[in-house]
Amino acid sequence: MEQVDQKKSLSQQLHDKASKISIGYDIEAHDKHYALLFLGPSLLILSVFVFYPMIKTVWMSFFLTNSLGKPTVFVGLQNYIDLFTSSAYLNSMKATFIYVLFVSILTIVLGLLLAQTASSKLKGIGFFRTAFSSTMGVSVSVAAIFWLFIFNPSVGLVNKIAEFLHLPVVNWLTQPGWAMFAIIVSTVWMNLGFTFLILFGALQSVPVTLYEAARIAGVSKRYQFFNITIPMISPTLFFAAIITLIDAFKSFGLIDMMTAGGPNNTTNLLVYRIYQDAFLNGNYALASTESVVLAIIIAVFTLIQFKFLEKKVTY
Amino acid sequence: MTIELKNIGKSYDGNSWTLNGITTEIESGEFFAIVGPSGCGKSTLLRMIAGLISISEGKIEIDGKDVTNLPPQDRNLTMVFQNYALFPFLSVRDNVAFGLKEHKMDAEEIKRRVDEALDMVNLTEYGDRKPRDLSGGQRQRVAVARAIASDAEICLMDEPLSNLDAQLRGKMRSEIRMLQQKLGLTMIYVTHDQVEAMTMADRIMVLHDSKIQQIGTPLEIYNHPANTFVAEFFGTPRMNLLEATYDARLNKLVVDESLEFDCEDGMDRDDYIVGVRPSGFSVEKAADRSNARVVNAEYLGNMSIVELELDGGDEIRVTVDDEMNHDWMINQRMLVKPQGIFYIFDKTGKLFAKGGSSNGTSRSEEEFVATAAR
Repeated sequence: MEQVDQKKSLSQQLHDKASKISIGYDIEAHDKHYALLFLGPSLLILSVFVFYPMIKTVWMSFFLTNSLGKPTVFVGLQNYIDLFTSSAYLNSMKATFIYVLFVSILTIVLGLLLAQTASSKLKGIGFFRTAFSSTMGVSVSVAAIFWLFIFNPSVGLVNKIAEFLHLPVVNWLTQPGWAMFAIIVSTVWMNLGFTFLILFGALQSVPVTLYEAARIAGVSKRYQFFNITIPMISPTLFFAAIITLIDAFKSFGLIDMMTAGGPNNTTNLLVYRIYQDAFLNGNYALASTESVVLAIIIAVFTLIQFKFLEKKVTY
Repeated sequence: MTIELKNIGKSYDGNSWTLNGITTEIESGEFFAIVGPSGCGKSTLLRMIAGLISISEGKIEIDGKDVTNLPPQDRNLTMVFQNYALFPFLSVRDNVAFGLKEHKMDAEEIKRRVDEALDMVNLTEYGDRKPRDLSGGQRQRVAVARAIASDAEICLMDEPLSNLDAQLRGKMRSEIRMLQQKLGLTMIYVTHDQVEAMTMADRIMVLHDSKIQQIGTPLEIYNHPANTFVAEFFGTPRMNLLEATYDARLNKLVVDESLEFDCEDGMDRDDYIVGVRPSGFSVEKAADRSNARVVNAEYLGNMSIVELELDGGDEIRVTVDDEMNHDWMINQRMLVKPQGIFYIFDKTGKLFAKGGSSNGTSRSEEEFVATAAR
């Protein structure tokens, strides 16, 4: 009997110990110190470079600021009201949405197309795999200069081809509408390398036997693509979609170098407007307000994507 | 449905053959196993029969019709894969029904087939689950159910049990065999596991070095292995292969001076290989003489596997089933004698003759003493 009791108490002890550990009580003081020690560096860096600017930005959006960026008068939500009644800002937002929509869709579709092509077992496909992913190694400034040349109205490749085909020549970067087109094309080209690479990786990881089973069942190539490939790579597609979308909202470099928001503000996207308001116009309060709005927009879109797509991509 | 393979060959680079000269006929309703070590081309052969990869040479006929250049779906066959090839995003039902909808089959018929197939593999109540919610064995059954639902008369299986644990494998072996019999399927079953082939198949094709080594019933393969490869591949533990010299004066095959085998007629060369199954030896502790030393002993319960080193240097594996097994001592001296059947292969490994008798020791005690004394 005694032995049994002893056993019981031992197991009870173990149980108690386990539950304490799992709940997180009973961690001794010096454990906490260790935890802080390990977390310290990243907490410090995050605080200085992320948390503080974030909070400061939100705070400043409720004030008016002087030319040095010092808050002067508390105005509550007035900055937000001004923003949403400004037609220039609303135009910027509209342009941004158009830009984001086209960039996201084109990047994903073209990336998938390239990835599918690179997955074929043709001779010399290795060259194309490298070529397709090569834009990953190109910096924004180089890409911008490259595309400035291509879209150059007099010596650019696009207009040379247009001339050759007897099509009208366009001032790509200075004509409203076409400037947006040029920016979208350049951005998609920039994004393509990364998107191609992760989608290619995803395609490679689909087991070959799934396609073999499909071939034996006698389903068409089209059916295989939409009913096997797409669902199998959907988690990666989802990831790529979110990354591309967020990236597109944050586009700055190409716009700054290629159009500087012009012509006539048609490519003045949200981030570029923030930059202009803060550092060219010196209106820090307004720039802060725009930053907060942009952050909220990106958060909302990300949440929507998660809500609608997440269910379909987990299997 | 009969399947005829006529001199099938596969070469990827045009120089070397992955498979060469594969010719056989698989009867309707037969369970035909293709066995061989990894890399022998057995999966390649199966995929060529399925039409998933092209054939470099030869012809495949199904029921007399040349299907060599037909796509997989026109060959009236189905296939079960090693990794089951289930679609993780589809429910069990949809997995089983995969492909049927594409063929414009009406919903009633699909439902009937899926219900029937799931019932046959005892998964009726799992229809709405996703593959990830199933155990390995259940996933395997879904794959089998899909094969059943396709209604094809030929079923190809590519190592379907190798991802399962030993116990489940044994159970699925008999289940698959029973289903095959019940449905009258013509089954081509690829495996590297000789036990699966032996226990399930009507006939076995042994592949090695891109070529057929032997085709036969399990009994033929085991009792009359065509060569040393087949002899070693079938049976656990492996058959012992010992180099032996023909002694014309004694008319014996000598492995080393204390271990000899009777000769068969027509021996003329000097060198042979003697094959002895682990059960083909008698081992005993003899007070006055010995010819081997125990190197290792594995006690398995119903028997023991004892490794011995013959005085001539050869190592042999012997199964012994007497009560004394568990106290086989390492380095203990033993007396090893042939007992029963052995095989004589020529130097190239081809079976030359089967020797010995199945009833008891083939050599008398006196003979042994005589040779040992020499």
